Amino acid sequence: MVITRERRTTGTGVSVARPDGVPKVRGEFAFASDLWMEGMLWGHTLRAPHAHARIVSIDPSGALRVPGVHAVLTADDVPGRATFGLVVPDQPVLAGDVVRFAGEAVAVVAAEHPELARQAAAAIRVEYEPLAPLVDAELALGAEPIHPDGNVYRQLVIRRGDAAAHGPIAVEGEYEVGMQDQAPLGPEAGLAVPADDGGVELFVATQYLHVDREQTAAALGLDPQLVRLTLGGVGGAFGAREDISLQIHLCLLALQTRRPVKMVYSRAESFVGHVHRHPARIRLRHEADRDGRLVRVEGRMLLDGGAYASTSVPVLVNAMSFAAGPYRVPTVDVEGIVVRTNNPPCGAMRGFGAVQACFAYEAQMDRLAAACGVDPVELRLRNAMGPGDEFIFGQRAGASFPLRETIRACTRHPLPEPPVQSREAGAADLPGASGRTTEEHDVRRGIGFAVSVKNLMFSEGHDDLSTAHCRLRDGVVTVTCAAAEVGQGFVTLVHQIAHEVLGVERVVVAPADTSIGDAGSTSASRQTWMSGGAVLAACEAVRDELLDRVARDHAVAAGSLAVRNGSIVGTDGSRGVDLRVEDAIRGVDLEATRVHRHRPTTPLDADGQGEPHVAFAVAAHRAVVDVDVELGLVRVVQVATAQDVGRVLNPLQALGQIEGGIAQGLGLAVMEEVILDQGHIRNASFTDYLVPTALDAAEVLVDFVEVPDPDAPLGAKGIGEPPTISSTPAIVAAIRDATGVPLRRVPVRPSDIVGPSSGS
Amino acid sequence: MADPLSYRIRVNGQSHDVCDAWIGESLLFVLRERLGLSGAKNACEQGECGSCSVFVDGQLVCSCLVLAATVPGAEVVTIEGLTAGGGTALTDVQQAFLDEGAVQCGFCTPGLVMTVHDLLERDTLPSELAVREALAGNLCRCTGYGRILAAVARAASGRAGTNRDSAR
Amino acid sequence: MSVAAPASIPGVLDAWTDRPDATLVAGGTDIMVDVNFARRRPSSVIALHNVGELRERSVGDVGVTIGAGVTYTELQDRELATAVPALAQAARTVGSPQIRNAGTIGGNIGTASPAGDTLPVLVALDAVVDVQGVGGTREVPIDELFTGPKRTALAAHEVITAVRVPPCRGPQEFLKVGTRNAMIIATVSVALVLDRDARTVRVGLGAVGPVALRAVEAERFAEATIDWDDPVRSADATLLTGFADRVADAARPIDDHRSTAGYRRHAVQILARRALQRACSHG
Repeated sequence: MVITRERRTTGTGVSVARPDGVPKVRGEFAFASDLWMEGMLWGHTLRAPHAHARIVSIDPSGALRVPGVHAVLTADDVPGRATFGLVVPDQPVLAGDVVRFAGEAVAVVAAEHPELARQAAAAIRVEYEPLAPLVDAELALGAEPIHPDGNVYRQLVIRRGDAAAHGPIAVEGEYEVGMQDQAPLGPEAGLAVPADDGGVELFVATQYLHVDREQTAAALGLDPQLVRLTLGGVGGAFGAREDISLQIHLCLLALQTRRPVKMVYSRAESFVGHVHRHPARIRLRHEADRDGRLVRVEGRMLLDGGAYASTSVPVLVNAMSFAAGPYRVPTVDVEGIVVRTNNPPCGAMRGFGAVQACFAYEAQMDRLAAACGVDPVELRLRNAMGPGDEFIFGQRAGASFPLRETIRACTRHPLPEPPVQSREAGAADLPGASGRTTEEHDVRRGIGFAVSVKNLMFSEGHDDLSTAHCRLRDGVVTVTCAAAEVGQGFVTLVHQIAHEVLGVERVVVAPADTSIGDAGSTSASRQTWMSGGAVLAACEAVRDELLDRVARDHAVAAGSLAVRNGSIVGTDGSRGVDLRVEDAIRGVDLEATRVHRHRPTTPLDADGQGEPHVAFAVAAHRAVVDVDVELGLVRVVQVATAQDVGRVLNPLQALGQIEGGIAQGLGLAVMEEVILDQGHIRNASFTDYLVPTALDAAEVLVDFVEVPDPDAPLGAKGIGEPPTISSTPAIVAAIRDATGVPLRRVPVRPSDIVGPSSGS
Repeated sequence: MADPLSYRIRVNGQSHDVCDAWIGESLLFVLRERLGLSGAKNACEQGECGSCSVFVDGQLVCSCLVLAATVPGAEVVTIEGLTAGGGTALTDVQQAFLDEGAVQCGFCTPGLVMTVHDLLERDTLPSELAVREALAGNLCRCTGYGRILAAVARAASGRAGTNRDSAR
Repeated sequence: MSVAAPASIPGVLDAWTDRPDATLVAGGTDIMVDVNFARRRPSSVIALHNVGELRERSVGDVGVTIGAGVTYTELQDRELATAVPALAQAARTVGSPQIRNAGTIGGNIGTASPAGDTLPVLVALDAVVDVQGVGGTREVPIDELFTGPKRTALAAHEVITAVRVPPCRGPQEFLKVGTRNAMIIATVSVALVLDRDARTVRVGLGAVGPVALRAVEAERFAEATIDWDDPVRSADATLLTGFADRVADAARPIDDHRSTAGYRRHAVQILARRALQRACSHG
């Protein structure tokens, strides 16, 4: 990927540098875990050791005797609503009578030193009556309810077409996706400060300030105006910070002790303290004509949502929406269910259901290609949806749906060169690397291909908005938006938009907090579209008012002026009033607040039909792997991609997002899994929850496919999720190509490749 | 807790008195919570992520695995100490990270900058594989390492260019 | 005093006599994980980094002596890498550069993990571990030192001071399987040491038993079957398969969250075959 150095250095479409880059490279950027306040206490959480248990009694007296302890709180101390949840508030703030997953929070303490807080928590005596845990999702439907709301979060079918239609070629399979963790480097962290008005200030690393405030205020029994959230620096998110983790606990402790209270989760605690990607079991049957054109797709999807609802319902809707992928399928009959178990709760992770579906449907498409004797890429092209084609849920793809172009662009990337000389054992680019397991002759190379589709924004009538405020005063543009910057570079985009629209050099992005209106979640690949749209609208409103004034002052027609390259010019391209923006804005004080909404969506009907999604983005991935077939060790050599981005707003940032997403897809393909044993996480550490290192990451080649989306405020689609979706099945397809092993599960383990001889 | 300790350690060329500390505190904890040097980050507390990397007597180590009370007598250098004199001065490695888009959330960045400085001191023109192996102890979850590798290459070639110029 | 940093072994033993409950800290890469995770609560500490003797190493015709405080990075320096190549290969696979700069061979021995990376090499080298306590010094053959997973025959208040291995007299190999290309605990590891002069073969196995194991039947088979005058030619299927099968038989792997017994047994066989093939092809 060649990033050309543009002559233009500001505005959209160029690789403007991050405004927060300097403090980050100097180690001065304040992440939530870096916050400090005079007199602050440290919070710590006591967590249940059982996956399912009745709480018989809680005796905090031992904790209160530890010196330096200022508060010990249990469920009885929650003054407001006792539960929280993003869609259904079904999860207790602190477990009171029953524990439903191993690691569930039972009590919180605040003390002078983190070691004292830990000791205090350990001194709380909790008597549990362990209950048999429900850990098999297959059994959840028929089992005793483990929650008053029952064991089914959502069940739905997608059914359309001619039920009697069948195809002469059929392939059927069952696929499994393990539980992936977002594993952001920054652990959960926050600082709560009690306010004099009876409210509380909370600085927290989160993806969505306003939804945190809503749930926190409800639990505290306070008016939301009294609960003020400010974004603390966020060390990555990927879905792990959409749900409440320590927000309510911190505020409770701060209000109880009347002191600032800080809490930072350990890594082990972080694994149980946030939701995970839903493990899934998917059965699919694809039927096609002899040319490989799809006639029918049937199947069943089972997702394990774990102990509480979180966002299991929309995850299932997404997974089901894309059960057959971005292909034309005349007849479909798929059912899906997401259930409650005593496994750790699952919710949002980058890709949000589309990942699990894609692994299954792309495996099927490869098998179908083989069964029909059609090249796998050709099979995708033959079945690919185009603009105006209908998804299996009835909605039509919009004008920007360049799937065929994306597939072709992906295949045009050059394949990696074979190694210049035969590599010796210990070469860092062989499977096994410095472990010296492998020599050149032990290696088989494989190539795999996959495509995906993802919806952008939220769905099924959950229509959201974003708010932005723009103020132009004293020659400075200050943009305020509550959109959470989690590393993706939204703050850079704000600068770019403000520069381009207003032509003002000095742009300040105000801290994100709840003093301004809702900007929605940093998730669902939505912020560029929604908050970018709000920022655009607010800046344009200020610009238009500025231009109106200038027009009046210079007695020219309103609407005849524009801002271009730091000057105010006529819209016909003439020099207009010949005024530099920096001169025009002297003494000016203008502001505007704008809300951006997307067009409405609808729920799915009883047959899974409707207009549930706002917009779509597609991507294609081609993977090349080297496999030591005897040992089952894999090195991913190259992942090439083309991605439907609408419009590139910042090439360097876009490249970084795509490379990062591909690394997470690589992780799910070959190494990442939360391993559960009767509901307990056995690998809650970076020792055994393996995320890719620099030696595991592949060479990545990227092509941006730019077909601007007419509904997108900047023409640009969100880009965060698509890289994570078809990268996994492309890598697994490459491993199948290298080994001939029909892999049906991710992550692929060496024992899966080696097979029965290894006892797996 | 055990009897509180007091001791003195040298960080970034300055002596600091640590008072009433618990014996089990790591160097990472002392840097962040007692000395206000929060550039080194805590992401795993077990040496598996490298985000706490510092130099102790010139050796790149994970500060979460150093018992702070054993540090007296050694010289510690943190990310804050790479640019003497504060302000917004940047090392060539830091500038390269910015220029190549190698910073997203930034949590891994200080540890990586330390590691890259260590690498380039020992190997002025490392191959891409040597870079990957040297960086394997620093996890990044946002970038997929692509832009980070580009930043290292940029910094290395920058130094090579400078050396060539000064050698003439 | 809560924290001692003596400059000699006698100093260490004196400090330990003063504070019998003190925790020894060398590189800290194992101990500090326990402290950070509240599994260990030291009340006092004896730091070893000032004991110069522990950092010494000597390479001679009779043998190689490596101080217990030598780090994994130092094990890869030219002198030691030439003297004990398999040890350098193993050290390269440990953790990360940060871990390798701090972690010590003495710590690897003392922690005695079934998957400790240098341990199969030391076992294959018939290493002898020098130990010192208030009662005096003793030499412990490595196969007597490990008594179980993370358990050693060290008495209370004994310090590992050095490990001694024979000089390199033939090809040495170390192979380690892990599910990631770096920073990974061994799923399985194999160390192989050939002595051309003595015509011996020694094999150490890691992560396939409660301690690092030898594969004595495999060793005897290989010694008897290799044509020591032309090892390249004798590396045929009979030798390699016979050797590898016997190595697999010696392994006692378990199922755990990292892998299965079946895979481990399979992998150890592959590693053994490859190690011997490489060693023989070195002539």
